[in-house]
Amino acid sequence: MDIFLMFVKAFAVGGAICLLGQIIINFTHLTNGKILVIFLVAGAILEGFGLYGPLVQFAGAGASVPISGFGYALVRGAVQAAKQDGVYGALTGGLAACATGVSIAIVSGYLVAVLFRPRTKKK
Amino acid sequence: MDYYKKRTLNFANSYIAEGYTVAGPKENDGRYKGFFDFALEDDMFAQNTFERAERKMFEHAIEGAIGKANLEESDIEAIVAGDLLNQIVSASFAAKKHHAGFLGIYNACATFAESLIVGSAMLSNGLEHVLCAAGSHFATAERQYRFPLELGVLRSPVTQWTATGVGATVLSNKGDGKSVRITRGTLGRVVDFGVMDANNMGAAMAPSACDTLVTFFRDTETQPSDFDVIYTGDLGKLGSDILMDLTAQEGYDVSKQLHDCGASLYWDEQQTYQGGSGAACSALVFNAVLLGRLRRGEYKRILLAGTGALMSPTTYFQGDSIPAITHLVEVCA
Amino acid sequence: MEANKEITRANYKQYVFEKMPKSSHWKNMLWAFVVGGTICAIGQAFIFLYSLWFNMQDASVLASATLVFIAAMLTGFGVYDVIGRFAGAGSTIPITGFSNAVVSPALEFRAEGYIYGVGAKMFLVAGPVIVNGVTISVIVALLTLLFGG
Repeated sequence: MDIFLMFVKAFAVGGAICLLGQIIINFTHLTNGKILVIFLVAGAILEGFGLYGPLVQFAGAGASVPISGFGYALVRGAVQAAKQDGVYGALTGGLAACATGVSIAIVSGYLVAVLFRPRTKKK
Repeated sequence: MDYYKKRTLNFANSYIAEGYTVAGPKENDGRYKGFFDFALEDDMFAQNTFERAERKMFEHAIEGAIGKANLEESDIEAIVAGDLLNQIVSASFAAKKHHAGFLGIYNACATFAESLIVGSAMLSNGLEHVLCAAGSHFATAERQYRFPLELGVLRSPVTQWTATGVGATVLSNKGDGKSVRITRGTLGRVVDFGVMDANNMGAAMAPSACDTLVTFFRDTETQPSDFDVIYTGDLGKLGSDILMDLTAQEGYDVSKQLHDCGASLYWDEQQTYQGGSGAACSALVFNAVLLGRLRRGEYKRILLAGTGALMSPTTYFQGDSIPAITHLVEVCA
Repeated sequence: MEANKEITRANYKQYVFEKMPKSSHWKNMLWAFVVGGTICAIGQAFIFLYSLWFNMQDASVLASATLVFIAAMLTGFGVYDVIGRFAGAGSTIPITGFSNAVVSPALEFRAEGYIYGVGAKMFLVAGPVIVNGVTISVIVALLTLLFGG
């Protein structure tokens, strides 16, 4: 039952974050790049005040999978490392926390570019 | 209209020898299915990049038009052509196969009408055969002006679809009584009404279309009702609506005559929203559809107004508004 | 805008705005919610799966990495842009949208080769995410150090 509830929370919170993004797009016509950065920065700033962590605790993937979760992970990593290693940690912690995601994006991007060709759209 | 100065040219000897079109698969599934001389089954056109495919369409259309007009390659003295890519590479690379003089021109989607004006002016100055061509390709234009093809984006309902195709027209300085002629051309001026939304090109271009149309009517002392149809290039549905409002305000009601090449190119089910855009729209519709109707006598006298939005991704990202231009030609049977 | 009012350069933007067809807001928003929620739920499933072997935090990182890889493949197969056409923010905002933003320019510019094409253009769309994200993380961490967080 706990597992089922967790799915519901992930779906609802993740969906709500995307819905908020869609509302912003509908009313401002912002492009993809800007939307991604806005949500990333929002997640990062919220975590700066310690507010995004509890949301991740509550909704799991619903809060960590949206790009705001990426900003949260960057800041969380940087702050944790800074507490341990000072300025050195502040510089390394963020990227270290996101290294897996970024590396896999780069490698799979490379792989796809080798294996596939872009196709034209039908619609 | 806050500014008016006469800028219509008269052409005494500009005859249309032949027109030839190469259209993409989606265009040939549209409203003019079967009208095109050559339709691609696949818009890669057996090339390894979309840019090379666009270039091959140009080569094919130029050769096709010369052949269809029963001319030799050596009969053509000048090629006037342009496309939407940086440094108009598709047209100029295609022209390197020919011995004719080459003028590469760019006025975005007004390029085809511009080429007809330049070509007709050349005939007035002693040349015998000039080939005019313009075209665009959906995939190359997407990359240059918008996003990578595989990026998932929700398109706004005011967007248009860049048409894939090339239209080429051979102009000759000799014709007989039955020949279709270009009789006048009005040069567009650059008009900017401050539209910032690069998706909404119809709204950006409509004021320039109004400016050129009204200038033509005043220059020639004609009325919209003197023409069977008035085709704009790629204003789309919204842009056409705006144009009707704007011209009505100047005292010209074009609502009965006005059609748009881009808006008429596709069926609604093809989900292009406002219709087609791109230099190919007017080049395809004029050569594949309007020329035939003029020859069969369905139309006696028409206007073709190519509309172009002159922005680049650089000006867009630097926060500049979108200037537009419209060139117009009068074509008589 | 009132009827019969003259359209001028000054009021043109307002006139166009009122004339524009409106997006089907409700449909867009519903799709964004459903697709975004579903992607997150799938992510949750991977977290449960990986938590059988790893601690919760590693499982979460691996789950995101898995989503990134799946989205990359869907981009290669030409599926992700079709999802994006109706899902909008629902497919842009999840980490899969980041993956799509990395992979699609890499694929698009492969024609320019692996150095100036794939290599140089890969972060054409997603670059701002990394640049802004890293910058803000360093700033926040330094502020935490200064003020003791």
